[in-house]
Amino acid sequence: MSVGLEHYLILSAILFSIGLYGALVKRSAIVILMSIEIMLAAVSIAMVAFSRYIVPSLLTGQVFVIFIMVAAAAEVAVGLAIIIAIYRSRETIDSTDVNLMKW
Amino acid sequence: MGLEIAFWILAVVGIAAALTVVLLRDIFRAALSLVLCFLMVAGIYVTLSADFLAAAQVLIYVGAISVLIILAIMLTREVQQGSPSNKLRIPAFIVAILFLGVVSFAMVKTPWQVSTALPVEPTTAALAAKLFGENGFILPVEIAAVLLLAAILGAITLVREK
Repeated sequence: MSVGLEHYLILSAILFSIGLYGALVKRSAIVILMSIEIMLAAVSIAMVAFSRYIVPSLLTGQVFVIFIMVAAAAEVAVGLAIIIAIYRSRETIDSTDVNLMKW
Repeated sequence: MGLEIAFWILAVVGIAAALTVVLLRDIFRAALSLVLCFLMVAGIYVTLSADFLAAAQVLIYVGAISVLIILAIMLTREVQQGSPSNKLRIPAFIVAILFLGVVSFAMVKTPWQVSTALPVEPTTAALAAKLFGENGFILPVEIAAVLLLAAILGAITLVREK
């Protein structure tokens, strides 16, 4: 059975679900960021697979993945800075304890 | 044939590494298996004949982002406390499984118009023409530069000592 577009899409869906579960369940803010990174990687796999199998000569999906990488780098830098700032003021990064803006 | 074997090995190891990130209690080991997952994604890009993206994935994710995450783990002393789950474990599991089922069903049932043309190789020159050339993505490239500058300034402002 040869590997086709569906295989890559299912792989991307499985990785995204794992990241979704981690982002919903984990209490440590750093592990939540790591789960979001897994979700972004899953979406990138789907983009490159579409680019390879639907329009092999246009490369538009690969250009989008480059912009996903830029956004992910910016997100990680700002997210980890926020986590370190919260840790400095509250001595914890447990997402269930940080409830200053909860109603 | 070699491509199929490579895909299956990369897919299985990548999914196992992602599961380890979510299920392991030790945050530091979770970060290390996240690095493994990123490496497997780079291999998946190679099997999709996206050579430039595979190199960029190794440089940016495996090289820079994982170092940043490990640095944050070290700075926040979370290694001893582990990564416990909150009370929503079973609802979140159901939501993830439902999402996986619906998306897989849609992806398998949709009649994709798969092209039989061979992919462009190597992709670096073609990607550069796409990004910087006529009718390309030059405006998003400029906006990405502004976004990165804003992110750097924001990160410096957030972590600077008062």
